[in-house]
Amino acid sequence: MPEIFAQPFMQYALLAGVMIGLLTGFYGVFVVQRGLSFLGNGLAYAAFGGIALGLLLNRDPVWIAVPFTVLVALAIMWLQDRTRLSGDTAVGIFFSVSMALGVVFISLAHSYSVDAFNYLFGSILAVSNADLLLTGGLIVLTLCAVPLWRQWTYATFDRELALADRVPVKLHDYMLAVLIALTVVVATKIVGAVLVASFLVIPAATARLLSKTFAQMTIISVLMGVITTAIGLVASYYLDMPSGAMMILTQATCFFVALVFQRR
Amino acid sequence: MTNTALTIENLSVQFGDYTVFKDMTLTLPAGKLMAVVGPNGAGKSCLVKTIAGLLMPSVGSIAVFEKAPQKMPFNWLGYVPQLKTLDRNFPGQAIELVMTGLKPAWPWIKNKTGFDMAMSALEKVGAGHLAERPIGKLSGGELQRIYFARCLVRNPRLILLDEPVTGIDMTLATDIFRILETIRQETHATVLMVTHDLAAAAYHADLVLLMNQSTFYVGEPDAVLTQDHLRTIFGHAGHPHMMGLEETPHA
Repeated sequence: MPEIFAQPFMQYALLAGVMIGLLTGFYGVFVVQRGLSFLGNGLAYAAFGGIALGLLLNRDPVWIAVPFTVLVALAIMWLQDRTRLSGDTAVGIFFSVSMALGVVFISLAHSYSVDAFNYLFGSILAVSNADLLLTGGLIVLTLCAVPLWRQWTYATFDRELALADRVPVKLHDYMLAVLIALTVVVATKIVGAVLVASFLVIPAATARLLSKTFAQMTIISVLMGVITTAIGLVASYYLDMPSGAMMILTQATCFFVALVFQRR
Repeated sequence: MTNTALTIENLSVQFGDYTVFKDMTLTLPAGKLMAVVGPNGAGKSCLVKTIAGLLMPSVGSIAVFEKAPQKMPFNWLGYVPQLKTLDRNFPGQAIELVMTGLKPAWPWIKNKTGFDMAMSALEKVGAGHLAERPIGKLSGGELQRIYFARCLVRNPRLILLDEPVTGIDMTLATDIFRILETIRQETHATVLMVTHDLAAAAYHADLVLLMNQSTFYVGEPDAVLTQDHLRTIFGHAGHPHMMGLEETPHA
């Protein structure tokens, strides 16, 4: 075993990182192809709001962030569904409200220091057993949802055609939003709220450049998510830099290489 | 088995305060081709979407082979949407789109049975060579053939076509209508087709629905596509399409 992975915290971080790369790579293809990049941002800031509430209540922030972010995701979908507001506008409203709430909670908690900074920019030191369990649980949930890939993809290609074929598109939209929200929450600890949305965009965008079919795009995106997370983690250890930033720079490097070799 | 494909009674569709069309009543016998003609904003596409079960009637009722649109099995319907709505950035191949005719889902892998059925349908519409072409790189005419191949593999009871030849040149449009005839012969499906091409409606359709919001004329092309009716529906005289229309032979 290489020296860096002899240390338990790095083993935890690698395991969490690989699972997060897999999750974000999988859901990212729907985020990118449906033009939902801003939703990732909105949910990341919602996760931060939830984490700040957890810090204020002196509880494990992730367990507060989970229901908080899921509620925000459902509220965004509901607002989009029931009003004439566009998806971007619905996200924009909750995005800023969540961040504002987060700032208020942090101020009330008087703990704007290491904790809040870690959740904003990510830390590999912070991964606990409970985090691994939560992320593992989400992997299991995602594996159960994999058969829905075919219907999600169909609605991604043409929502109206899928609706005409009696696919429960609206229900699937809500399910996807909740699963993306959960992914964002589990990724926030290691990647950071500021950067987590890129995890849902860059690997999938890279895969889009290299793929002829949506199935290929999904496989490449998942592989890209896993590999770049692992490489970024190692780089973060040796360069003593925040993990999230190093992972995203690795993803961006792959994206620009793919840009050169893309299939037209 | 019923001989009526479509029964519409006092149908109105509204969005909030805006009435798209109101008080439509008609029946479409099974196996016939009905062309839906009218100006922009007449409610033609909304009618198609209501029949497809995508929009709910505000008033009145609609039945496709005696079932409410939302209750009919997916494979009764072959829906060909307007091509302009297509996401050309989607990474998919023509044959994958055809395979959605078999199951209401995007194929993860192309299983042999599905692939062979889709290939055979593509060849029937003269598009076998396009099977692996990215969807985004298909021309309007090619894409229309792909959607027709999708209808063929599904073998639906009702085909809904929303402006199948809009944006396609005359030679290709003739080709598209020839393929439509082949599909009708193979599937015996009833067809409802929205079109802006009055000559095509007169030539290819068994029945025509000429509509504009609350005014409807339904019947055989010769009886419906008269100067008086067209003037009422389009709201002005001397429409270029009307020239010589009454002399157009009916198939």
